[in-house]
This record gives sequence, C-alpha cells and structure tokens, in this order.
Amino acid sequence: MSRKSSPIFDWTPDQPVLQCEGLCISYFTRAGEIPAVLDFDLTVMQGQSVGLVGESGCGKSTVAMGIMRYMGRNGGIVGGRILYKGRDMASLSDEELRQLRGSEIAMIYQEPMASLNPSMTLGRQLMEVPLNHEAGISEKEAYERAVQMLADVKLPDPERVMRAYPHQISGGQQQRVVIAMALLSQPSLLLLDEPTTALDVTVEAGIVELIGEIAERFNTSMIYISHNLGLILETCDRINVMYSGVVVEEGEIAEVFDRMRHPYTRGLFNCIPLPGADKTARPLLPIPGQLPLPHERPTGCYFGPRCEFFAAGRCDAGPIEMEVIPDQPGHRTRCLRWNEIDWATRSKGKDAGEEVEAGDVVLRIDGLRKYYEVRDSSIAAMISGKRLRHVKANERISFDAREGQTVAIVGESGCGKSTFAKVLMGLETATEGEIVFRNQDLADKPIQKRTPQEIASMQMVFQNPFDTLNPSHTIGAQLGRVIKKFGVEKNPEKVRQRVLELLDLVKLPREFARRRPRQLSGGQKQRVGIARAFAGNPQMVVADEPVSALDVSVAAAVTSLLTDIQRTYRTTLLFISHDLSLVRYLADRVVVMYLGNIAEQGSTDEVFSPPYHPYTEALLSAVPIADTSIEKKRIILEGSLPSVLNPPKGCPFNTRCHRKIGRICETEVPPLLQDGPGHVIACHIPLDELRAMDPVIAEKQSAAE
Amino acid sequence: MSQQIDAKAIAPPGPLRSLARTLFGGLALLRESPVGMVGFGLVLFWALVAIFAPLISPLSPTAQIQPFAAPGTEAPGGEVLWLGADQLGRDILSRIIYGSRTVLFYAPIATFCAYFVGCIFGLLAGYLGGWVDDLLNRVADIILAFPVLVLYVVIIVLIGPSGLNIVLAVTFASAPGIMRIVRGLTLDLRNRDYIAAAQTSGASLPWILFVEILPNARGPLIVDACLRMGYVIITIGVLGFLGLGLPPPTPDWGSMVADTRSMITFAPWMALFPAIAISSLVLGFNLLADGIREISLRD
Repeated sequence: MSRKSSPIFDWTPDQPVLQCEGLCISYFTRAGEIPAVLDFDLTVMQGQSVGLVGESGCGKSTVAMGIMRYMGRNGGIVGGRILYKGRDMASLSDEELRQLRGSEIAMIYQEPMASLNPSMTLGRQLMEVPLNHEAGISEKEAYERAVQMLADVKLPDPERVMRAYPHQISGGQQQRVVIAMALLSQPSLLLLDEPTTALDVTVEAGIVELIGEIAERFNTSMIYISHNLGLILETCDRINVMYSGVVVEEGEIAEVFDRMRHPYTRGLFNCIPLPGADKTARPLLPIPGQLPLPHERPTGCYFGPRCEFFAAGRCDAGPIEMEVIPDQPGHRTRCLRWNEIDWATRSKGKDAGEEVEAGDVVLRIDGLRKYYEVRDSSIAAMISGKRLRHVKANERISFDAREGQTVAIVGESGCGKSTFAKVLMGLETATEGEIVFRNQDLADKPIQKRTPQEIASMQMVFQNPFDTLNPSHTIGAQLGRVIKKFGVEKNPEKVRQRVLELLDLVKLPREFARRRPRQLSGGQKQRVGIARAFAGNPQMVVADEPVSALDVSVAAAVTSLLTDIQRTYRTTLLFISHDLSLVRYLADRVVVMYLGNIAEQGSTDEVFSPPYHPYTEALLSAVPIADTSIEKKRIILEGSLPSVLNPPKGCPFNTRCHRKIGRICETEVPPLLQDGPGHVIACHIPLDELRAMDPVIAEKQSAAE
Repeated sequence: MSQQIDAKAIAPPGPLRSLARTLFGGLALLRESPVGMVGFGLVLFWALVAIFAPLISPLSPTAQIQPFAAPGTEAPGGEVLWLGADQLGRDILSRIIYGSRTVLFYAPIATFCAYFVGCIFGLLAGYLGGWVDDLLNRVADIILAFPVLVLYVVIIVLIGPSGLNIVLAVTFASAPGIMRIVRGLTLDLRNRDYIAAAQTSGASLPWILFVEILPNARGPLIVDACLRMGYVIITIGVLGFLGLGLPPPTPDWGSMVADTRSMITFAPWMALFPAIAISSLVLGFNLLADGIREISLRD
C-alpha cells in the first residue's frame, strides 16, 4: 500500500476517529448572525456508523459541511471544536486540510450526477483520486485499483464502466461510481448526505446493502445523514436526532427506536406509517405547529411550543442540557421531563374514524393502452425501414374504483403511472381501451371537449409543492378562478365566500387568500393545492405523489387532511405513489405497475401478503421500515429498468426477476392469475407456488417483548 | 377574527393596481443597486425634460437666430445660446430638449410593439411546439439573417419616412429576437405543475399563455426590455442620421448629428451635444437593466 501524503496523526484505533465537542456553526447574513447548529457533540469510533436524522432545516447538512470545513463564505464555526483522530482541525493548515478532505474524509452527496464530471470518462475521474492523493503511483496501478474498486461496489463489467461517460450509466450505477470514487482514497471517515434520496426504492435497497458491507469490509467510519428513519435503522449503529440545530436525543439504534426518551423523537415515529398503523384504527399523529426559524427559536426547549408535555415556567426557563439516561449509558436526551412522561401510552390523537363503506363503481378502466410514436431518423432506422417506433407507456390496464375508496397506484419512476394520470385527466387521449367515469366513456375525450361538470368532477393534486401554484397570482385569485371556471359560483361576492370556505376546509387561515405562494411553506402550498382540487366538489381526485416532497411531520398532516376531506365527501381517491408504507396505511386497493403493465392488483391486505407477484415481493423488501421488531426478507433486484422504447418480450419483469422460471418468461405474456375476487397477479409461476411464499415482512420472534 | 376580513381584500387586484405595485416594489429594491439608481436617474432626467419641454426650453426649437453661434454666444436679440446654434441658427439646447420628446415618444412605443408581437409568437411557439414552433422559428431565422440596416432602409423607402414607419421598422426587426427569448422561457415554464393544473381545470389557450405563463417570465423580459429600449434609441438616431427619420424641421437627435457632421471640424458643438444626449439616455437604460439584473440575481 502506498504512502499517503496527509497530515501526521498520533492516533490508535481505540480512540475516536472524529469527535465534535460543543460545536456551534453560524451563517452570517445581512440580517445578522443566524445560528444553524448549536452545542453539537458527536463521537465516532472506527468502523462505527452514526445516523443524523431530522427534518429539513434542522442543521444536519450544516454539520457535515462543518466537519469538512467547507461552509462557503458566509458560514463559520463560532464555538466548540472538531477533533479528527485526536488533532484539532482548526490547527491544520489549508494544504493539510485539502489533503484531509479527499483522502481521509470523503463525502457522498444526494445527486450523483452533481458529483461526476459529464465531459470526462468515469475511468479518468476514478484514476484521478489515487493519482492526486498518493505520491509515486503509476497510471497502470491507478487503473487497476479503479477497476478493482468498481468490482467491489458490484458494478457489472467494470472495464466497460471505466470507458463510459456518466450519462451512459443509470442513476443507481452513478451513485455506485461515486461511492467507489470516495472509497478509492481509503478514507477513515465517510460522510453520506442523503445518498439514496434521488433513487428508486429497489435501487436504493442495493446501495444501502453496499454501504453496510463497506463499513464491515473497509472498517470505515460513517456519518449517515437522512430524513428516513427506516434507512438509518438499516445502516447505522448509533443515531442522533436533531431538531432546529440541536441534538435532542442520541443513543444506540435499538435504545432510541424502542425506548425513545424525547417527545420530538416520539412525534417523528408517530408521523411515519409503520406496519401497525391504519388510517381508521390508528391514524398518523402529525406534530402540530412548524419548525421555528433559526432567529426565532424560543427560549428553553426549542421543541416546547409543539410539545404535548410542555410545562410553562420549566421548559421555557433557560437552556436545556443533554441528560444521560441512568441505566443506558450513551443514551442522552435534551428533555427536562423525560422522567415524568409515561412513554408506554400512545399520545392522544384524534379519535379513530369509521370505516368508509365503498359505494358504486365510479371509474372503470378496461384494456387501456397509451402508445407514443417516436420518429427515429437515424440512418440505421432508415435502412431497416423501422422509422416509426412506439413508446408503450401503458399496456392493458384494467381496474375499477368505487365511491369513497382509495385506490393506490404503485410503481417506480418510469412505470407509466404519470402517463396514466394524464390520460385520465384528458391531457392525452388513450390509444385503445375504455375509461368509463360515471357511465361515460372519457378515453377519447380530451380536456377541451369535456364539459365543466366533467372537468370539475375529476381533479388532481400535484407532486411538487413549489410548482403547484402560480407564483404570480395570489392564493385567493387562483382558487376563485377555479370556482368560476367550474361554474360553482358566478357572483363575485359568493366566489369570495367560497374561497374562504375552501381555506377553512384545508385548515389554513383566511388571511392566506391575499398571500402569494412564496409566502407559504411547502405543506401550506400543498394544502392550497388540495383546496383547488376540491373546489368543484369532485367525485374523484387523482393525487400524484402529493406528500413525497414534504418532511415527515408535514407529510403526515397533509395526508390526514386529504383522507379526512375524502371521507367527508365520499370522494374516490386515486393515490399515485412509490411509497409502499404510505400506501399500506392509506389505500383500500392497490395496483402495482411495472413498465406500463399491471403486475398485481387487489385489496391492500391481499397485495401485502402472499401470494405476491415477484415484483411486489421485491418492492416490499426494498422499503425501509423504522421498526426494530420487524424482520424483512432481503431481495435485491439485479440490473436496471429496461427502456420503454424497447421493452422486454414476454413478461416485462423477466430481465430483473429473481424467480424467473425459464424461457416462457421471455417469450409469452404472463397469464392473469385470479386469487379470489379482485386479486389478480400477472405471472407464469403457478398460483399454488406463489401461495407458498413466505411473507416479506414479519414480526421478529426474539424481539417480541 | 378571520371572519372580519372584508371580501374586497382578496379580490384579484386590477391590472393597473398590480402594475403600480410591481413598479414601486421594484423601485424600492432598486435602491440597493447604485448602478441601477444612476441609470434610473438618467432615464428619469430625460423623461422629465421631455414632459416639461415647453417650460424649460429657453427658445423656440425652430426659430432661426444666429447661424454657427458658438456655445454661450449672446445673440443680437439678447437671447443666450448656451450650447450654440446650428447652421440655420437654431438654438441647440432647445432642439435637444424638444428632441427628447421625439425619442421618448417613439422608443417606448416601438419597443412595446416589438414586445407585443414577439411575446405572442414566442408564447405560441414555446407552448404549442410542433409545426407551429418550426414554422415561426424559420420565419424568425429569415428575418434575423437580413442585415438590419438594409432592412430598415427597405421598409422606410417603401412606405416613406414618418413616425409610424419607424415603429413598424423597429417592430419588424426586433420581434424575432424577442420571440426567441420568450420561447425559451416558455419552454421552461410550460412543464410546471401549475400549468398542468390550469390545463386540468379547462383553462383556455389565451388564459394559459397570458395569465399563467407570461407573468412568470417577466423578470428576464424586463431586463431585456430596458436594454432593447437603448438599442431602439440608437436605431431612431441611426434612422434620423440616414435621413429616414422624422421629416424636418422636427427636432430629432439623430438628424441633428447627421446634418452637422460635415462642419464638425470648425463647429464641433453642433454634433457633439446631440450625440451626448443620445449616449446618456442609452447609458441610462443600460445601467437600469444592469441594476435590475443584479437585484434579480441576488435572491
């Protein structure tokens, strides 16, 4: 192994790799100093993985930047110190710091494309790492090391990847290359900032497994930043829960997950749909209120104003120190009342609602196909005469939705779920098949030909809160416009009245009618989006990933708002999502899509228990679950999603299927297996064999206490 | 408490009120950019001069007093020619003051017309795409491929020099460029969720183009409009210089420079002062554009 030209450390492996003591980081703006991180303590031993969890704006990324000493011009460390292998990082020279960054501490970001240079081959970029950081290494040696590392991160055909440019490989592969690049310099500490957020769940599962292996094989210490508690459970040994710039609770994973001792941690767990949660019996409990702005933090406990155990005079008296839980060394909480709270009882929430009886069929989709024509003008296409190619976005889609029912459409990106929504809304017309909505065929009826009543009765809630409202117009004007357009009211006075009622409906203050979208938070914008969809008393609402861009506590609030309104008005909700935990919590029926085809459909219970379609099985096993008492089967899908321009023949899933039975999968379209009324699986494997599968998610036997 | 909010407050503001609010809001922001304030000052100065021309102009712009008088000369009749007089003996200061009216009347009109045409076609091309986009782009290419000056000359020679024809010529020549900018902005904006929301609520094409898309493209367009205003002023000057501007004896900065350029060796003031006037106004608009851009990049 070649010598590294990094700073000299007087360090032995039994000492911590990284130690932060009372770290305070501030940003300096025109408005003054804004403290982003306060009194942050952290100790990372060799080979240990520490998770940093918190909602956006809690300072978790700032911590990572602080450790890298890379905070831009307006950020600075204003207190405390960071010891790396026993040396104070403030004492290092710029040159030493530069060496440290690439070779001792490496960082992996959320967006892999942002870390790769699009105009250089991956091989060149990988070889640069050893060439830059190790003195006297030859090109050949660097090349061999790079190829070896690509094999280590389980990329198929490393030689080909070395010659490829970043855009020629998939997102999951890109992230693997980034990880390989970080590991090439043999860092002692790896900082991962939401490394899988931009990836699909099945790809994420592969990366998470890889990260786990790295920690063991290379004995690398890791700091894993995420908002997803389930991921932290799968990857880390210890966890730090952050809120508004401070750590509120830290400890071993099992201690914090099973015996949490801070109300915020508990609030977070109440917001995520765990397998036990149910929208009628055990609804999610959103944390009331909002994260305080950094310069408006309350005195005393920052979580105080949102806490159900807030005691005036005590919790707001003065700064609160971390306190060690006596019988659990290493488990600390920043709560004065942790000893007085009854942690066993569940927080009081709203009462369980009544089960909604599904009514008549409102929507019936039968044999829907949507093809896009793509004209190929390459010379090869001209010679072969195949100039017109088809993108098969939707293929033989059939299902029903009833009044008051929630139907979830699940699938990864590129599975055709958004195209389906477009066809349904009339932004595109179907190539073939029927869409019968309230006894009328809408398949060939684009939006221009639909009557205002037809338009009003089917509305949509969009995904991106920052895009869903027109930034140029006030909330009131945008809602009022829809009301007039749908013919609900014409009289301006009544339109205004209706706008205020809609704001009441989504629990927003009436003053918001005068505001513009930029004055609203993400969750508030999404509420306005819901109000807009319900403006014309719709019979059906299509929600395209309505909460995927929101923080967990906000997402829980928006989700429960949506289901409450739906329950009141007996609206049919078509919920498009990739989040299986949320779907399990929310949906009555589930439709699993893969590459434009329906792989499996049935009631939620049927889909989430055997018999499974192999793809459903893989999806279920890929979803991280933040519950230590749950045991999952691990199924990692090989390869990446095939192109819709050239889909596999036979079963669309055959290229990645872990249960492929043979040639029949590649040649014949699978039959639709009926397992009871309404539960359909498209697979060649006989139903009896599918029935014999083990459930993916099961209670752990030993941990049942 | 929320019950008491009067319903008027949430009514969509009228276009004038909203425009006024945007302008005053913009001005408050502009105070943070010194460059922008200098530009704004220059433009405001010339605007005030144009508005109050009859009040501040010392003499008549067409009266022939003393040919070739140097700056500061006192004419026999007792009038002081502060910036001198031209070859016909007309007071240059008064002609510049009245000339600002011509420039500040035609330049905004011409810019506005060019924007009107450019926005419509740009929005259509960007939003509809397909053959509409192809067709409009090829037409724009053809116009842009023509040498601008030749184009002006052709247009004005064909229909004769007049104020209206200046507007026509400028519109014809600048609309393709504006179309390109608007098209690019539209391509980005048309995929936003709020456009899809408008589509799924059954909004009409004009509504989507002018109410949903155009207001969100305003930032870059305002900057471009300020820059373009400067070019149009130069164009009006050039047209005047070529004798294609307004018919004499209307005071026009461009023709003032043109008419006196042969005498620049012995009476430089006759061409110099109108040239300075043109430059300062163009500079004003350019600095204003810079200031607006600087502020818009800040947040």
